[in-house]
Amino acid sequence: MAQAAEAVKTSYQGQMHLLQKDMMGRYFERVTRAAEQGEGKAVYMLISGNPVELVQAFDLIPVYPEIDALQLAVKKSALPFIQKAEELGYSMDNCAYVKADVGLFLGDRKTPFATIPLPALILCNYVGCNVYLQWFEHLAEYCDGQIYNLDIPFLRDPSGQPSPEDITYVVRQLEEVIEICERISGKKLDYARLKDIVRRSGETGEMWSRIKGLTKNIPSPFDAYFDSVTMMAPLYCLRGTEEGVRFFETALKEMEEKVRMGTGPLPQERFRFIIEGPPPWPYLRTFRDLFSKWGAVAVASTYSTVGGLWEFGFRHDANRPLESIAQHMLQWNVTNRNFLQRYQQIRRYVEEWHADALVIHSVKSCRLFSAGQGDMREYFTKELNVPTLLIESDIEDPRYFSEAQIKNRIDAFFESLEHKKMVHAAAEAGGAV
Amino acid sequence: MTYAAGIDVGSTQTKGVIINDKREIIARALTDTGAYVTKAAERCFAEALQIAGIERLDVAYVVGTGYGRYKVTFGDAQITEISCHARGASYLFPNTRTVIDMGGQDAKGIKIGVDGDVKDFVMNDKCAAGTGRFLASAAEALGMGLSDIGNASLTGKNPVRLTTVCTVFVESDIMSYLAQGKKTEDILAGVHSAIAARTISLVRRVGIEPEVTFTGGVSNNIGMVRALEDKLGLKLNVSPDSHFVGALGASIFALDRAAKGVTSFESRVSSSTQNTELETRNTDRELS
Repeated sequence: MAQAAEAVKTSYQGQMHLLQKDMMGRYFERVTRAAEQGEGKAVYMLISGNPVELVQAFDLIPVYPEIDALQLAVKKSALPFIQKAEELGYSMDNCAYVKADVGLFLGDRKTPFATIPLPALILCNYVGCNVYLQWFEHLAEYCDGQIYNLDIPFLRDPSGQPSPEDITYVVRQLEEVIEICERISGKKLDYARLKDIVRRSGETGEMWSRIKGLTKNIPSPFDAYFDSVTMMAPLYCLRGTEEGVRFFETALKEMEEKVRMGTGPLPQERFRFIIEGPPPWPYLRTFRDLFSKWGAVAVASTYSTVGGLWEFGFRHDANRPLESIAQHMLQWNVTNRNFLQRYQQIRRYVEEWHADALVIHSVKSCRLFSAGQGDMREYFTKELNVPTLLIESDIEDPRYFSEAQIKNRIDAFFESLEHKKMVHAAAEAGGAV
Repeated sequence: MTYAAGIDVGSTQTKGVIINDKREIIARALTDTGAYVTKAAERCFAEALQIAGIERLDVAYVVGTGYGRYKVTFGDAQITEISCHARGASYLFPNTRTVIDMGGQDAKGIKIGVDGDVKDFVMNDKCAAGTGRFLASAAEALGMGLSDIGNASLTGKNPVRLTTVCTVFVESDIMSYLAQGKKTEDILAGVHSAIAARTISLVRRVGIEPEVTFTGGVSNNIGMVRALEDKLGLKLNVSPDSHFVGALGASIFALDRAAKGVTSFESRVSSSTQNTELETRNTDRELS
């Protein structure tokens, strides 16, 4: 493998990270300038199926409180903010993203990466989570700010498709959002520009989808959970911009080159797994190491489809800009889909991405998306015979992460997979176990 | 003669087993884990060697297991107690398909295959309900020894319905029953019944397939054995060595590896991923 790596010219390796650092650095500078110098206006949004194209069309700045919260967690500084929210009366069981962000919002709004501006508009693109709706209502209350709640109907039809009325309903609301954005920004919507932005989102979706398809290769060129995070920030903050397109062109080339070189994130890929659920941000590195140690690489993740699910064919369409934004919000993000659709998504990952196992990371402070995971585990272990591990900690609250407990479960799980592998190898060799 | 050892460093007690190359147990040792985990493991191993009447160098391979497995610094490999309990239970009762293990802080259900391999497992999450710790709290609240409560529970005629299986709140719950004039044995019968119900609902997640073997320190408690049997409607395999099943399984892994001359799963992986610092990192905190 090492020899093969030397034989191929490596013109693209490492560029993606540099570019990400540069572009996201400039994005956070822009966010900070808005907060500290009043340059530009911020629109708060939620990641799930975000309609960032509209915000870009008015040169407003997309700000995602979830990203602010997770950055606090990654830098291990979330707990005082969570505790501040608890002092105000937020329950221990309440979503820890909400609590960390409320604590931040009511303080100096400084994260390790930026100062967060007050919102010109709180755009609650309500996709699948009732708690999030109240989160944004609280923020609006705290700053006496303008809020618009986009009501996105849950995908409730057994076909898994939104009805034409659902799409019309969402498009009408987007038109109302456009009117608000026109007032805030002081400029009329340039429809041709919106089409350009949506076209670039379509191109971004195409490249992101191809990047995600590359992890079907053995070895997988990158970890579709831990490394996807690098690509998810530009996907949400820069989608629809020329910069965003350039980032994904670079990322695609880099990953394609990795495939040609036969390299992956670990020196040796021994297990391929699918992972469901967001990562434990306060212990991201520790969590990753627990898998790396076993040579285990995530080849697909549902978490990377929260903001949008492109790998099964959806593309934004410049000829139908508002309709395709509505479709993205209704149908093409994991959180607005029903649980059976999530099963099928994971099932496709297991089969088409050649995975050995499924790992479910359940989030203690999010009952909404954790409630069905026991059934999910049962479906995969008992009906599909896919080895499945269910572990629990939290996305944000460090108090829920017990390293000894999680390590024990992960080690035991891979010990059993190792045994299975040895038995299989012995059977292939025709020898005794 | 080849010997192999398994050292199971649990949250409460450390267990050691030495076997010979016929897989016969030649020594068992038991010590409290305490704060000095490596010392407890060494003490336990030394005691087992003394009982066996052999020297350290006579032991070809040592496997550490349990939460403190990485503190078995003299061990050749570390394997989780989930794999070890499966292997040990399968050795003692070859028809075992389900293991119920109740230790100091863990309750687990393990589904196992014909050769003692782990097919699936579940464990209690971040809550000591249904573990030995709960029983210890109950015994303490009643002013009884842990070894006495099992038998006492069997004499309860009207088990109380416990409103909580929370280890923190059980004491106040018991106090309230005592204040109501409930009999100690009825309270204990209620305690055992509640824990059995909780454990069974946990283990049902992997599916309960006979034969079922009950392992871990709590398997010494006859009240818990009966409570589980009543609710499951089947007889459990319980060995006098049930408490040592983790260490026994570890010693069998050790013997197999000594015979094959292989290194551990983890050490093989570590050498290939150059990620050895993980082996020792954070282990001090593991027992805290």
